[in-house]
Amino acid sequence: MITAAAQEREHYLNASYGLKSWLLTKDHKRIALLYLFTITLFFFIGGAFATLIRIELLTPQGNLVSSETYNKLFTMHGVVMVFFFLIPSIPATLGNFFLPMMIGARDLAFPRINLLSWYLLVIGGLLALFAMLAGGVDTGWTFYTPYSTTYSNTWVIATALGIFVAGFSSILTGLNFVVTVHRMRAPGMTWFRMPLFVWSNYATSLIQILGTPVLAVTIVLVFCERVFHIGIFDPALGGDPVLFQHMFWFYSHPAVYIMVLPGMGVISELVSVYSRKPVFGYAFVAFSSVAIAVLGFLVWGHHLFVSTQSVYAGMVFSFLSYFVAIPSAIKVFNWTATLYKGSISFATPMLYAFGFIGLFTIGGLTGLFVASLGIDVHVTDTYFVIAHFHYIMVGGTIMAYLGGLHYWWPKITGRMYPELWARLSALVIFLGFNLTFFPQFVLGYLGMPRRYHTYPDEFQVLHVLSTAGASVLAVGYLMPMVYFIWSLRYGQVATANPWGATGLEWQTPSPPPVHNFEEMPVVTHEAYDYTTILGEVEVG
Amino acid sequence: MANHAHAETLALREQFDTAEQQKDASTLGMWVFLITEIMFFGGMFLLYTVYRDIYFPVFALASSSLNAVIGAINTAVLLCSSFTMVLAVRASQLGQRNALIIFLILTLILGFVFLGVKAYEWNEKFQEHHVPGPTFHLEGTGEQGEAQLFFSLYFAMTGLHALHMVIGCGIMTWLLVQAWKRKFTPEYMTPVDVGGLYWHFVDIIWIFLFPLLYLIDRHLGR
Repeated sequence: MITAAAQEREHYLNASYGLKSWLLTKDHKRIALLYLFTITLFFFIGGAFATLIRIELLTPQGNLVSSETYNKLFTMHGVVMVFFFLIPSIPATLGNFFLPMMIGARDLAFPRINLLSWYLLVIGGLLALFAMLAGGVDTGWTFYTPYSTTYSNTWVIATALGIFVAGFSSILTGLNFVVTVHRMRAPGMTWFRMPLFVWSNYATSLIQILGTPVLAVTIVLVFCERVFHIGIFDPALGGDPVLFQHMFWFYSHPAVYIMVLPGMGVISELVSVYSRKPVFGYAFVAFSSVAIAVLGFLVWGHHLFVSTQSVYAGMVFSFLSYFVAIPSAIKVFNWTATLYKGSISFATPMLYAFGFIGLFTIGGLTGLFVASLGIDVHVTDTYFVIAHFHYIMVGGTIMAYLGGLHYWWPKITGRMYPELWARLSALVIFLGFNLTFFPQFVLGYLGMPRRYHTYPDEFQVLHVLSTAGASVLAVGYLMPMVYFIWSLRYGQVATANPWGATGLEWQTPSPPPVHNFEEMPVVTHEAYDYTTILGEVEVG
Repeated sequence: MANHAHAETLALREQFDTAEQQKDASTLGMWVFLITEIMFFGGMFLLYTVYRDIYFPVFALASSSLNAVIGAINTAVLLCSSFTMVLAVRASQLGQRNALIIFLILTLILGFVFLGVKAYEWNEKFQEHHVPGPTFHLEGTGEQGEAQLFFSLYFAMTGLHALHMVIGCGIMTWLLVQAWKRKFTPEYMTPVDVGGLYWHFVDIIWIFLFPLLYLIDRHLGR
């Protein structure tokens, strides 16, 4: 791998060798790479399910898989992508690697707990994979009762246990980040000197800490209901299945922000570096992350507009949901304002950042559509909703994740990726993404319901467009996979600070030494103060 | 690795600069963890509140069938265990190894007493057909389903509380072994402190569970 390069200097990759040195490592940088490997695997598993779904939907008849199999496909696509890819994605890889470095710490506060988090994700993932191989699960990723507790004959218990265990991975990562940010900052690293990536991961951690346990207990109760036949959500006993929905969405709506907030943090870094300007309205962007985390807990009821929730509750939740638009818009406007009179370069990470800003804006604005009671009744459980949240999750989070991965790749591996190929893949992904999901807005508005594998003939054109887009998107995702691996051996050797960035992670060699810094840093400047950077910018 | 041996004697891990920073981080970590626990139990308290509101008469009746005397005894047992835990923390602060060991053993014994009483209580429920399922029957009401909801919540809440007690006993045992090996000093007693926080938390959960489950209808003089 990277070790093939003749590098004399000791760093975290060549400090020790062997499988054991990785599987028992307490180094947050190595754990980040373990996560990277794991979630990439899950990304391609989830992607395989998506591929089968899109192929099935090429024709109006159900002629590739049976409806039962189709139910399992979309369930497992959702479960894998949400719980085993998106939630750990940016925090557990880029966050794990760079959060301690950005605040000038040698490691996270609890390195052993950090390793435990990874093992929990792996154990949870194996449980879920076992369920998939044994026959799959067909409840939808939302596990609505009473279908999940009473009627489904599929592997609900194993999948639920997998999610439960992975949930603790998420909780412990959040706990570790919060304590690290509070207690491990380098001298001079005040709260308002922290890079915005740290702020957004901090806000994410708060959601993980407060939300995930509620999902955990909900899953435990579903588990008990299936295994011990107690009845908490069972309508036959007078239990209320909608209570399950309340508890599920109390976590799963904030979970959307677990997925997208770290992405916003990445974008704040990218927009600043590649326009060589401090982020406009730093404090507003920082607090908007916290505001999103707080507001995220007050809006879960907008998933229950058609689930017998009272009209008044619906109105309140609709009203509160609009508030999320305020901090989200603050971010988008401030990123845009940052660009103003900036020295903008169109390096690959910046292309992803532009992609994010545009797609997140579409995803966010359509979020306002579905937050309004009248329109939501029309588009509930249609492809409009599917398109909306894929614009946030795929167009937002994955764009930011890939942007961040490119941006920090030189620091992680000590090698540059091939710029031309990378720009091409960013373009392919952007086009493929829009071709896949934009037609779904139209489909949904015309009435195509989600979770069906047959549909009326007149929807076929749009479905074919969407499937065509998905194939383009798949090529776009495979390209970085190939050239990232290629770059490990053949990439240009990276300098300590190839982008001329200001973060502490760039003030140490690439790849970083085991304890991150040869000399512990003392911070004397605000974040994004480009007057302090004297180094040359290589690409731009 | 050169200064690792040195770090070992001070029990200072390499990511920290000072012992104070390490202690602060561990303590904050436990407090944050306890917040996650509040949210975890909070989910069940929410369900309990909703169902108790909808089905109050049946919940009151089902609550009366619980053995409040045994519940009260267990409450006293747990309160005493928290007291011995505090004394254990105090002993470790003063570097009194023997006192620390004695108080940890007392805490552990009280924990086992609680679990024993709990097991006795659950066994009673099986004999009285108060366990949700096909054989469930609660005297005095036609609403057997709603009564099962109460007992489902009873078993879920006391069961998960008992699981936390088992974990707590595991922590006490580990602390006991460490204390026996003379690992703790007045400068380094964070594990005792943090373990104590956890123990008190589990105690507090019971302080809420006891009146909510056992005493719904007692004030009416039944």
